[in-house]
Amino acid sequence: MISESDLPNGRFFNVHTTRFSNITMTFSRQHLLGIRELEPAEITHILDAAENFRHLADRPIKKVPTLRGRTVINLFFEPSTRTRTSFEIAAKRLSADTINISASSSSVTKGETLLDTARNLQAMSPDLIVIRHSSAGAAHALARVCQAGIINAGDGAHEHPTQALLDALTIRQHKGTLENLRVAIIGDILHSRVARSNIHLLTKLGAHVRLAAPRTLLPPQFAAIAERNLEIAPNIEDALTDADVVIVLRIQSERQTDAFLPSMREYAVHFGLNKKRLARAARDVIVLHPGPMNRGIEISSDVADGTHSLILDQVANGLAVRMATLYLLSGGTPHGAANIGDALLRDST
Amino acid sequence: MNFIEKARIMDGARINRALARLASEIVEENHGVKDLYLVGIQRRGVPLAMRLADRIADLEGSRPLTGILDITLYRDDLTTVGASPVLNRTELTHPVENRSIVLVDDVLYTGRTIRAALDALLDFGRPRRVQLAVLIDRGREHRELPIQADYVGKIVPTKKSEIIKVLLNEFDGEEGVAIVERPDDPAA
Amino acid sequence: MTKLLITGGYVIDSTQGINAGKNVLIEDGRITALLAPNDAAPDDANIYDATGCVVAPGFIDMHVHLREPGQEYKETIESGAIAAAAGGWTSICAMPNTDPVNDNVAVTRFIIEQAARARLNGVCANVFPIGAITKGSKGTELAEMGEMRDAGIIAVSDDGHPVPNAGMMRRAMEYAHGFDLPVVDHCENRSLSGGGVMHEGEWSLRLGLRGQPSLSEEADAERDCHLAELTGAHVHLCHVSTRGTIDIVRRAKARGVRVTCEVTPHHFTLTDAAVEGYDTNMKMNPPLRTEDDVEAILEALRDNTIDAIATDHAPHHADEKALEFDGAPFGIIGLETALGLACDRLVHQGVIDLNRLVELCSVNPARIFNLEGRGTLRPGAHADLTIFDPEQTWTVNAETFKSKSRNTPFHNRTLRGKPVTTIVGGRQFAQEFEL
Repeated sequence: MISESDLPNGRFFNVHTTRFSNITMTFSRQHLLGIRELEPAEITHILDAAENFRHLADRPIKKVPTLRGRTVINLFFEPSTRTRTSFEIAAKRLSADTINISASSSSVTKGETLLDTARNLQAMSPDLIVIRHSSAGAAHALARVCQAGIINAGDGAHEHPTQALLDALTIRQHKGTLENLRVAIIGDILHSRVARSNIHLLTKLGAHVRLAAPRTLLPPQFAAIAERNLEIAPNIEDALTDADVVIVLRIQSERQTDAFLPSMREYAVHFGLNKKRLARAARDVIVLHPGPMNRGIEISSDVADGTHSLILDQVANGLAVRMATLYLLSGGTPHGAANIGDALLRDST
Repeated sequence: MNFIEKARIMDGARINRALARLASEIVEENHGVKDLYLVGIQRRGVPLAMRLADRIADLEGSRPLTGILDITLYRDDLTTVGASPVLNRTELTHPVENRSIVLVDDVLYTGRTIRAALDALLDFGRPRRVQLAVLIDRGREHRELPIQADYVGKIVPTKKSEIIKVLLNEFDGEEGVAIVERPDDPAA
Repeated sequence: MTKLLITGGYVIDSTQGINAGKNVLIEDGRITALLAPNDAAPDDANIYDATGCVVAPGFIDMHVHLREPGQEYKETIESGAIAAAAGGWTSICAMPNTDPVNDNVAVTRFIIEQAARARLNGVCANVFPIGAITKGSKGTELAEMGEMRDAGIIAVSDDGHPVPNAGMMRRAMEYAHGFDLPVVDHCENRSLSGGGVMHEGEWSLRLGLRGQPSLSEEADAERDCHLAELTGAHVHLCHVSTRGTIDIVRRAKARGVRVTCEVTPHHFTLTDAAVEGYDTNMKMNPPLRTEDDVEAILEALRDNTIDAIATDHAPHHADEKALEFDGAPFGIIGLETALGLACDRLVHQGVIDLNRLVELCSVNPARIFNLEGRGTLRPGAHADLTIFDPEQTWTVNAETFKSKSRNTPFHNRTLRGKPVTTIVGGRQFAQEFEL
C-alpha cells in the first residue's frame, strides 16, 4: 500500500517541517546494542517516536496491530522484573508474539548457555531478540550469530540503552531539552551500564555531565569515555551544585565484600543523596533512579518520594521507549523474507 | 527519485471551490454540525479536515469537532514502505463514541489507507457512523478493498504508473493537484 | 649422501656478518658451505632456486602452546610443528601448560617422542620442550628441572600460571641457574590483574570490561629483574607488552642483569581499541595495550631492548572463542602469520631492517635458549633454513592454516612478506603436506 502522501519527495516537492510532521529523519539500524554508536539525530528520532507511543497508554484500546505476526524473544540471563516486563508489555501492545526465556547461568558456564541458546533461538526465526546478560558484549556476540535484530537490555557493565533513552525522555518532558543541562550522576559508576549509556546519550545531546563516586568506583580515565561534556567532580557536593538533573545509581552490597567500600553505612553518610545535599542543586532539579532503590543507602526516602523525584514517570516512559525501539527496529526487517533477502535489504538501507 | 509533472489538474482556487462543495454536502447529509466530527488522516488529510471544518463553521455558524488520526501503526506494509517508518501524532481529544465521523484524506486510491484508518479509529470507541471525504478519487478500478468515498472533490481517472500529488501550503508551500510520473518507470 | 644447494637467494646471517647473495650447500642435514653465486654447483646436488628470496638461519619460535597432551582437539604436537613449518619456523619451543603439565621427565619424553614421530611422517619444525618451574605449575614445589633437562627441556616456565610468590621465584631461579636453564616468566601479578579480560584503560572503561592494569605486568617484571640480579640466573620475560616493562628491561640490561625478553606480533600491530567490537580473537594475555605501548615496543625492537619475536601461539576451538568476551579463553594463534606481520609492520614500515629481523627470529632465540648449532648458517650447523620473500603480498586466510585452530585476529589482512619454504634438517617442507 503506497498512498501518494507517503511517497519520497520529488525534485520539485519541497517538504516544510510543520507542526504536523514530528519525525522526519530515518532510522535504519538492525540492532540497538548501545548508545555510544548512535548519532545524536538517531537518538532524537527514537525519543520523538517514544513520545508518540506514550499517548497510546491513554487510549481505551492500548493495543495496535503494528507487529502482528512478528516474534519477539525476551532472553534474560539475569533476573530482571522491571525491564523484562516493560519489554513484554511493549511487544504485546504492538501485537507481537512474545516469548520469555529466563536462562539460568549457574549450571553450565555462562558462555555455553548463551551460544547454545542463540543457536536454538535462531531455529525459531524470531524477528527481534531482547537480551539481558551479565557479560559486556553479550548482545554483540548474539548479533554475530543470529539473523534477528538484537536489542541490548543490559550487558554487564557496558550499556543499557533503553534505560538511558527513558531517562532522556523523562528529562526532556520536564526540561524541554537536554541542551546545556547540568546533570550529576552519583554512585557505582565503574560497574554501571546505566551510567555509561546515560553518559553517552546526555553528552551527545549537549548536556554537561558531572560524575561523583568514591574513587574506587570512579577511575580518573572515566572522563575520557565520552568525546565531550564529561567531567569528574571532586566530590558529591560539587557534582550537585546547580544540577538540573540528578541520576542516582544503585549501590550493590557486593561492593563491600569486593573491597570497593568499607560499608554501606559509610557510603550512605558520604555519598547518599539526601535532602540536605539536594538543596545544593537547582530549585527545579529532578531526580532519577534506574531502580530498584536501596532506600537509606544511595537515596533517602524523603528524596525518593519527594517532589523532585520522577521515578514513577520513568516506568511509564520505559514502556514508550521500548515500544518505539521495537517498532523502529522492525521497520528495516522484511517480513518473511529469506535471510539472504534480509541481508540485501539491510545493506541497501 | 525525480518525478516528471504531466499535468496540473487543480489550482488553489479549484481546491477551495471543491472544499466548499464538500463542506455543504457534509452538512446536508449530516443535518448540521451536531455530533459531526471531522478526522484528518495524517498527513495531508489533516489540513484538509481543518479547512473543511472552517468552511462548515462559515455555513452553520458552529465549527464541528476535529481530530487527527495517524495510521502508521495500523498499516499492513510496515516492511515494504521503506527502512524507516515515520510516526506522526494522533490527536482525538474528544471521544468518538456515538459521533458521526467523517474521515478526511487527500487521495483515495487502493483503499488500504482507509482500511487502516477505520481500524485505528475503531480502537478509540464506537462511532455512530463513519463516512469518508477525499479531495481526489483515482477511480474504482484501482480499489483493492470494498471502500468508496461518500464525498469526492474530483474524480481523476489515472494509470497505475501515475501518481497524484496534492500540494498544500502547509507542507509544500503551494496549492494544487498534479499528476506526476516516474521517468524511469517502464510502464510509463 | 644427499646434497641440496639453495641457489639465487640473499643470505642474511649476522653470526657470520653475511648480507649477500650466496648459495647454501647442505649435506646430510648440515650446512657444509656458503658458496659465491657463480661458484660451480656440485654435480650430484639437488637444486632449490631461491631467487628473489631471503635465505636465513631457521626461525625459532620461543613461545608456543601445542596443547598435547590433553587438548589435542585444539592442536597436537604434529599439527603445531607442521603449522610452524608452514609459517617459516624451523623450531618451536613448547610451553609446559599441557594436561598433564610438563613438570616431569615422563611428559618431557612424551613430547620429544611425539615430535620425532611427527618428523617421521614428513618435514616439520623441531620441537623443544620447556619444563615447568613448579610441580603442576602450582607455584609451591620446584619441579624436577635437572631430570627434565637431561631429557631435553631447554628452559623452565610456569607460563599461564605465573609464580605468584617472590620467595618461590627466587628459589626457582637459583636452582635453574645451577642447571643453566633460563627461567621464562609470564609477568603478571594476579592480585592486580585478577579477572581482567583486556587492558585497563579508557577502552576497558568504555566497554565495561574488567581491565588488567599495565602495573600487573610491570610489578612482576621488576621483581624478576631484581631476582635475576640477586641470583645471577638468566630470566627471559615473555611477551612484554607495556612501555613500563620495556623501561624495566632496558634499565636492568644496562646494569648487567641477565635478562632477555620477547614480543609477539599482535603486540606490535594491534591496540586495545581493537576490542571495541568484542571480537574474542582480540582477547589474549597479556592484553592488547595502547598506542603508546606499541610505540615503546617498536623503539625497543630497534634499540635491542627486545631480543626476540615469539608468537605465543595459543590455539583454541572455534566454539570456545564464539562466546561472550568474558567467557572466551585468552589467546590467539600466530605461527602462520608472524613472519608476514613482522615483515609488513616492522621491515616495510622502516622500524628495523631484515638483518635485525633475522636476529630477532633466529639468532637471538638460539642464543637465549642455548640451541647449539642453530640460529646460524655456519658450516657445521643444523641445516635449518627459513626462506621467505619479503616483497610478496598475500592475504591471510585462516581456512588454509595448517594449525587445527583458526583463532586469529588477522584473517583477511593483507601482508607484504611471506614465507616461501622451510628447510628442517636439510629436508624441505612441502606446503601441501597433508595431516
